[in-house]
Amino acid sequence: MSVLNARIPEGPLAQKWTNYKDHQKLVNPANKRKLDVIIVGTGLAGASAAASLGEMGFNVKNFTIQDSPRRAHSIAAQGGINAAKNYPNDGDSVFRLFYDTIKGGDYRAREANVYRLAEVSNSIIDQCVAQGVPFAREYGGLLDNRSFGGAQVSRTFYAKGQTGQQLLLGAYQALMRQVNAGTVKMYTRTELVDIVIVDGKARGIIARDLVTGELQRHFGHAVVLATGGYGNAFFLSTNAMGSNGSAAVKAFHKGAFFANPCMAQIHPTCIPVHGEFQSKLTLMSESLRNDGRIWVPAKKEDAEAIRAGKLKPTQIAEEDRDYYLERRYPAFGNLVPRDVASRAAKERCDAGYGVGTGLAVYLDFKSSIERLGKNVIEARYGNLFQMYEKIVDENPYETPMMIYPAIHYTMGGIWVDYELQTTIPGLFAAGEANFSDHGANRLGASALMQGLADGYFVLPYTIQNYLADDIRTPRMSTEEKEFVEAEKAVKSRFEKLMSIKGNRSVDSLHKELGLVMWDFVGMGRNKKGLQHAIERIAEIKKEFWSNVRIPGDIKGMNIELEKANRLADFIEIGDLMARDALNREESCGGHFREEYQTGEGEALRQDDKFAFVSCWQYKGDDAEPVLHKENLVYESVKMVQRNYK
Amino acid sequence: MEKTINLTLKIWRQNGPKEKGRFETYKVNNISTDSSFLEMMDILNEQLINENKEPVAFDHDCREGICGMCSLYINGRPHGPDDDVTTCQLHMRKFKDGETVTIEPWRAAAFPVIKDLIVDRNAFDKIIAAGGYVSVSTGGVPDANAIPISKIDADESMDSASCIGCGACVAACKNSSAMLFVSAKVSQLALLPQGRVEAKRRAKAMVAKMDELGFGGCTNTGACEVECPKNISITNIARLNREYLKARFAE
Ligand SMILES: Cc1cc2nc3c(=O)[nH]c(=O)nc-3n(C[C@H](O)[C@H](O)[C@H](O)COP(=O)(O)OP(=O)(O)OC[C@H]3O[C@@H](n4cnc5c(N)ncnc54)[C@H](O)[C@@H]3O)c2cc1C
Ligand code: SF4
Ligand code: FES
Repeated sequence: MSVLNARIPEGPLAQKWTNYKDHQKLVNPANKRKLDVIIVGTGLAGASAAASLGEMGFNVKNFTIQDSPRRAHSIAAQGGINAAKNYPNDGDSVFRLFYDTIKGGDYRAREANVYRLAEVSNSIIDQCVAQGVPFAREYGGLLDNRSFGGAQVSRTFYAKGQTGQQLLLGAYQALMRQVNAGTVKMYTRTELVDIVIVDGKARGIIARDLVTGELQRHFGHAVVLATGGYGNAFFLSTNAMGSNGSAAVKAFHKGAFFANPCMAQIHPTCIPVHGEFQSKLTLMSESLRNDGRIWVPAKKEDAEAIRAGKLKPTQIAEEDRDYYLERRYPAFGNLVPRDVASRAAKERCDAGYGVGTGLAVYLDFKSSIERLGKNVIEARYGNLFQMYEKIVDENPYETPMMIYPAIHYTMGGIWVDYELQTTIPGLFAAGEANFSDHGANRLGASALMQGLADGYFVLPYTIQNYLADDIRTPRMSTEEKEFVEAEKAVKSRFEKLMSIKGNRSVDSLHKELGLVMWDFVGMGRNKKGLQHAIERIAEIKKEFWSNVRIPGDIKGMNIELEKANRLADFIEIGDLMARDALNREESCGGHFREEYQTGEGEALRQDDKFAFVSCWQYKGDDAEPVLHKENLVYESVKMVQRNYK
Repeated sequence: MEKTINLTLKIWRQNGPKEKGRFETYKVNNISTDSSFLEMMDILNEQLINENKEPVAFDHDCREGICGMCSLYINGRPHGPDDDVTTCQLHMRKFKDGETVTIEPWRAAAFPVIKDLIVDRNAFDKIIAAGGYVSVSTGGVPDANAIPISKIDADESMDSASCIGCGACVAACKNSSAMLFVSAKVSQLALLPQGRVEAKRRAKAMVAKMDELGFGGCTNTGACEVECPKNISITNIARLNREYLKARFAE
């Protein structure tokens, strides 16, 4: 018997969520005011949850490390958000969105959660429009849709190339309305540094004021982590510089299980790495694959000449170009899912056909500019083209863009049940921070959908079901020993970091970790490499704790100390990712084990052995984590080999 | 093509809000012109850490021009010597070998310095909290396509909504006015039927909060529009003034 209970409601798939809502416990308005909910994070998941719970009358405390809730990493999402509205009448439905998401995730996500996600997707669009989100429209005044990878229908709503920005500002404004109403108290530049557990339940957090360096204790009847993904374990990624996995690690240490840590998404269309000084990678939205065609030279000597600067891409004749995605996957062409597109790019570059530094392929708009005109392309992607030109100093209207895969998103995360509750009662996780909906690969435009689904339409119900049993629990004093002890432990960790006074900067160690991750826990993984990675990460951990240098003071603002604290946690996550990848002897979605592939180089799942969620339990700093399995049972779909040909 | 340059940096250092600040001079060498301005700052900080000195504190997060967190006043211009970009999108190819570059924080009474180049822009959140939203709660809203909106209005609203809340407009303005920021939000919402209902009240509440927080008045110098990295137009200010006057007349 597994220790994990996903608490999936009874009934047929399409009825489960309705059944749940019909039978869940509610909290009456007078009692809501007496209940404190801590929400960590102000991205799409955190801001929408904080605003909604505040509106309902709960007493909410909301935390963010940025100077304003509006600057959460969600702001950077470009391409769009999915919903099953079927406005274009092209055959979409809740079931199809559910099915595409399960299939896109390579059958490693939980059916009931994904169905609910598809089910509430339409309400998200209604909600955002009501808030004044300026989605793109057609001349008739109705909402416009575009298509995204892994789908054959147009179900993606967008606001220019700034969809995440507009959705987040909508949620942020709803949140600030609650701040004004006094139901939400906002803590900016304040970082969760530990979770406080009392009698086995999450009852608060220890936070650090990033301006003064002071530690604070906060009580909550429940705690929600909406702290985003951990892709920055790779140092270079498309995530914002401050994105981190620390809250997840704190939860892990306190007993929450970490699910599918190895499931990370490599996005196929990012601006390639160009130098050692590089600090982050910039995504070129997947929406570009609607109109851009991906190719490399068909002849090796052309690729070599391009790399040597002797030939320009525009000089390569049409018949000498290899549109390898269209060639290999005629049904989906340039719109295959991200994992497939990324591996195909790596395959061509490894075979010697790469351009630029050798680790790049072309994304070409020539034929769509000829077909649609430059102004149409400009209206669709103008800001992305401008962004590209500012970085690379080349005009993508005239010469093809260069792109290469980069770490982008983490499907893995804190394990949650159907109610988004972790294995610690009273501790919930939402948005990218949890593992729930995307299995082994996330489809484009589905993260925004999930973040807002969790915050607007799932947590407001499920958290009530938990809090209904807590209406008699009085607010606890933060002088209780559990709070005092938690704060003491945090204080000694920070003092320890400051006392090392070694010779290596935080960034230099982070870059070292990133290279190990990219080389051995990246796009192609194998047993030997993963074992090597685990050894290397242990060495980096040792080096970090004995040789990191943090100038300045423990008091006041100290950015190096903030970064060091997060890097210590990234090192742990890196180790967990490598272990999980080593354990999962199959290829699925973004997890590609070179030992398990079809004759044509496609991912080969081992459903008889690995149709489960890997859930890791922390057993202490020097002990190996223990694996638990949540078996995945599919009642409404049949597991098949994904085929995008 | 990649080349490298050497620079002298004059950077504002200030240990805390109450401390006195001063300029410090640093040298950085062999900076690739392909690197971004903030990558150059990373290189400087790595150098300082290796010399056992405290690195320069500056705000940044997305490094792709969308979060609005980066905020440097470079050679007398908010976001530096390139048009339509934020500091994080500025590249070193805009600088010459041997140049001296002066780097300061945003300077405005409503944006106090926290440390070095980092300022406190909480005032912007307070202005939004005063009324920069549509008063709808989660759930119970009509179908998204129930009210058609002309593409022209939707596009214009989107242009106003592109504001990233960076505060360059305030830093550029000799009066430290926040009118461009406020007017962008007022316009975005006033252009849509969903936001139209509360337009007057919103304009009044946001302007009152802006005045209360110590931002200066607008004297139409247009400096904000020139320096805004997102091309927010001052026609938004004209629209805000109209809404504001309507609100006053309605009293
Ligand atoms: C460049 C880019 C483009 C993307 N485009 C799309 C797209 O087009 N469509 C799509 O669906 N998805 C897209 N995604 C993915 C999507 O943006 C994210 O998965 C999603 O926004 C995550 O939202 P979130 O609310 O879970 O977390 P985040 O937005 O990452 O927010 C995390 C929050 O937690 C806070 N936080 C973190 N740690 C702590 C701590 N210890 N203490 C206190 N606060 C903390 C942060 O301050 C922040 O407020 C894109 C991602 C990137 C990088
Ligand atoms: S109006 Fe422009 S300059 Fe002012 S905050 Fe917005 S984006 Fe920045
Ligand atoms: S760092 Fe986000 S806009 Fe510059």
